[in-house]
Amino acid sequence: MNYTFQFGVVWRDLGALMDGALVTFQLGLLAFWGGALIGLAGAALKTFGPRPVRALVDTYVVFLTNTPALIQIYFLYFGLAEFRIRWSGEFCLLLGLTLNAGAYLTMIMRAGFLSVRRAEMEAGEVLGMTRLQQISYIIAPHIARTIYPALANFFIVILVMGTSIGAVIGVDELTGTAITLATVNYRWLEYFTVVAGLYIVLTLIASVGLALFGRWAFRVKARVF
Amino acid sequence: MPHLEVRDVVARYGSHEVLSGVSLDVDRGEVVALVGPSGSGKSTVLRVLVGLLQPVSGSVRVGGQAVDYRSAGQVRAIRNRMAIVFQQYNLFQNMDVMRNVTLAPIRIKRRDRREVETLAVALLERVGLGQKLHAFPDELSGGQQQRVAIARALALRPEILLLDEVTSALDPELVNEVLDVIRDLAREGMTMILVSHEMAFVREVADRVVMMDKGQVIESGPPAEILDAPRTERAREFFGKILRH
Amino acid sequence: MERILEQLPRFLSQRNLVLLAEAAGMTLAMTAAGCLIGFLLAFVIVYLRQTPGRWALPVRLACIAYVEIFRRIPFLVIIYLVLFTIPLVLRDASLFVIAVVSICIYATAYISEIIRGGIESVPRQQVEAAATMNLGRLQTTLWVVLPQAMPVIVPPAVAFGVSFIKDTALVSQIGMFELTFRGKELNNQGYSAVLVFGTIAFVYFLMSWPLNLWGQYLEKRLAAPRSQRRRRTLRQP
Repeated sequence: MNYTFQFGVVWRDLGALMDGALVTFQLGLLAFWGGALIGLAGAALKTFGPRPVRALVDTYVVFLTNTPALIQIYFLYFGLAEFRIRWSGEFCLLLGLTLNAGAYLTMIMRAGFLSVRRAEMEAGEVLGMTRLQQISYIIAPHIARTIYPALANFFIVILVMGTSIGAVIGVDELTGTAITLATVNYRWLEYFTVVAGLYIVLTLIASVGLALFGRWAFRVKARVF
Repeated sequence: MPHLEVRDVVARYGSHEVLSGVSLDVDRGEVVALVGPSGSGKSTVLRVLVGLLQPVSGSVRVGGQAVDYRSAGQVRAIRNRMAIVFQQYNLFQNMDVMRNVTLAPIRIKRRDRREVETLAVALLERVGLGQKLHAFPDELSGGQQQRVAIARALALRPEILLLDEVTSALDPELVNEVLDVIRDLAREGMTMILVSHEMAFVREVADRVVMMDKGQVIESGPPAEILDAPRTERAREFFGKILRH
Repeated sequence: MERILEQLPRFLSQRNLVLLAEAAGMTLAMTAAGCLIGFLLAFVIVYLRQTPGRWALPVRLACIAYVEIFRRIPFLVIIYLVLFTIPLVLRDASLFVIAVVSICIYATAYISEIIRGGIESVPRQQVEAAATMNLGRLQTTLWVVLPQAMPVIVPPAVAFGVSFIKDTALVSQIGMFELTFRGKELNNQGYSAVLVFGTIAFVYFLMSWPLNLWGQYLEKRLAAPRSQRRRRTLRQP
């Protein structure tokens, strides 16, 4: 129990770590928005699509939510190489995370779709709204309000759990950068303590931002803590 | 000397003062009814007495002894002498009727299990639920649940029984089965403080009626006097509204 | 493609299958151990977090800090922190211990939020009724609150554990010989990545999917009122 912490080297590399944090944030955002588009399409197809399409969506969701994101990314990174498709680690990570997020977000958005009650739609009809008006004034805001907390929560999950998988295939996001640096001078504990701190700061900024945005846009009381 | 003596009790929820100096005496065997508009602090008096809300100032004496509600030990002691029945019954949803009634006497008061169980069966039969010993609360009607709650309170053998709007949450046709039980208790000389909106019932069982408004006692006396000839304008207005229904 | 088909018989040798089965067992064992210990510790965290009184403020803050910190750090970072911290405390800790401790740290933080939600779902009046009958805080928690909170707690806690089976794939990174690690090994031995990771994905699927379905069944069953649940158990011989 006599380990001497030496944070000196870590401070020197703080710039590199911050760059890593930026990559993490970008990856998180891109994967989330890509996943959200897939999720929206998936939930719509699952709700309104013909039977074979619904079965297809189900298969996609069940398979991607029941296997590790890490294996999915390995599959893209190592597996596709066998078919002469060589993508960079960043791209495989992003694609893998997006497809993975798409499956989870399909479930979340589908739950939002199901939460629309008939009475609300009828209320819209009574008011003489057209179908499009019903969707834009009643249904869409209702769904957004219902699923917003789950979406905000999921964004944090991708930002933290998701992007750090990149470290395993050599992507220089925050965790990956720390591993690369620590292998050089072996100050693992110092690097990872600082990295942990950066993740906390990053997610706190995201949480607070999402909570404020939710309150402003949908009058949702999303909790920061 | 009254058995329970409440003097100038002040209580707050946050910054909102709900009791602004309430005084109240209850003799042994007496039935006192607290009446008044909602928000007047009737229920809060009961909550203060059982230690669910700490008074800011004022004193409470039971049997001549002052109770310090800041002391956990004294709150425990006072709760050993009083039992409360809530508007929403608050039976433990995860326990059957028997366990609801016997839990505290056996596990907390450490009384003999067989003696407590015999008493519990007797009490439940008395409130007309001898057939429901092993039912769960969600299988009972509101009136039945409230009668179990009364049996649960009685099983604690309290010196004073506090009844907080025990019929307010019940469907009208279930009110009487609960009032019958309370009427019996009054006849047997149980010391009770009851908060109620059932004026006819109050007139029948209460020895004394205490009218409250805005966290204060504004009138107190025998039912006939208070209900039929209120002295204050505020009381006249209140009873005028209620009795017209 | 031909390479995959050509490798298939050799890949599905008895030796490899036993290896994968054992690795899957290892994945399940460390997830179960970490999550179960985490579940119990989470109760302690929540209980301490709700300690009343001014003097307990540091305790409450420590609990909140623990939960907030470890929910916001990637599991991989926790693994590395544990990997390099444990040797300072415990000599010769096995990789299994390191994996279980890492899982446990994360699970405790996450499940304690689930438990807190469950406890807050129990009406406050139940606690008040218990208080007026002189039940202590621990008694009220054990006899009144937790039994009522369990139906709310168990389904998401199970879902978390099941979901975590997949996330434990990351401990392969430190050389823990669980399912993903064995996959990488086989891949390094020259087997096709499509074949290997396809199979590994399938094995994860076989563990995760049935447990997920069971979790959904559990959720439906626990949603029924207590009295009906009891009757149904009576009817089932």
